[in-house]
Amino acid sequence: MAIRLADLTVGGVVAEKSYQLSRDSLVHYAGASGDFNPIHYRDDIAASVGLDGVLAHGMLTMGVAVQPVVEWLGADGTVSDYQVRFTRPVPVGPSGGSAVTVTAKVGAIDDQGARIDLTVTFDGATVLGKAQVRVILAAA
Amino acid sequence: MNPDLQGREFPPTDPYLVGREKVREFASAVFSTSALNFDPAVAAAAGYPDIVAPPTFPVVVQERTLAQLLSAPDAGIDFSRVVHGDQRFTYSRPVVAGDELTARLTVSSVKTLGGHSLVTAESVITDATGAHVVTAISTLVVRGDE
Repeated sequence: MAIRLADLTVGGVVAEKSYQLSRDSLVHYAGASGDFNPIHYRDDIAASVGLDGVLAHGMLTMGVAVQPVVEWLGADGTVSDYQVRFTRPVPVGPSGGSAVTVTAKVGAIDDQGARIDLTVTFDGATVLGKAQVRVILAAA
Repeated sequence: MNPDLQGREFPPTDPYLVGREKVREFASAVFSTSALNFDPAVAAAAGYPDIVAPPTFPVVVQERTLAQLLSAPDAGIDFSRVVHGDQRFTYSRPVVAGDELTARLTVSSVKTLGGHSLVTAESVITDATGAHVVTAISTLVVRGDE
């Protein structure tokens, strides 16, 4: 059943999901995006610029964070605007992974769609600020 | 960095042809499970000419304009001091496989804030017909000397 504006309420959670970012995920994203900055896969280079270790690409975190909204929307609407502020990096160790959790809530509703606010956390702290996705619903 | 960069417009990038396998590769890299990103039949049923790229895919094209900015000889930007501050995409429509995209960067502002410089770069991305697809806006923080 298609998502309708009338079904949305401000503050309602539309999607929630956790992602495990591993070193492999970072290498995969580097190749797919063309961002080969070595601080995203080499600990020695990360250390040489004063970091404790490798960090996830901010654009990987941004790209993953919108996915729960994309899945929720399906073909019922489109994203017309998406913005984030990179407030805290996500460190990714050489083994295991870093769990990034996304909660997507309705922030505001208008006659065409809604603003979905994302809360994106790693290790109990938010990593993106002002993470907002504007969606337009086909059946508004 | 050079404050005269504010308002500067860079020449359009060479056309970027969005390949279907590139979209699939990018979609899997951002953990997409949306069939619209992978299956042409599902995309066609939803009214798209080919598979749909994830919302942050335009960064691949935008990156070419940021490379122009960072390598401008008079920009005075030390790449090793650049941190990504903010990112925004404003879409007229989603990018789809088969699009031929061209990007034009304008430096919309240059500010200094407590020893750091903040540069906001706006890349307008259009398709082969010249129609607007998406505008990608980045604010880069260039850390000052410590």
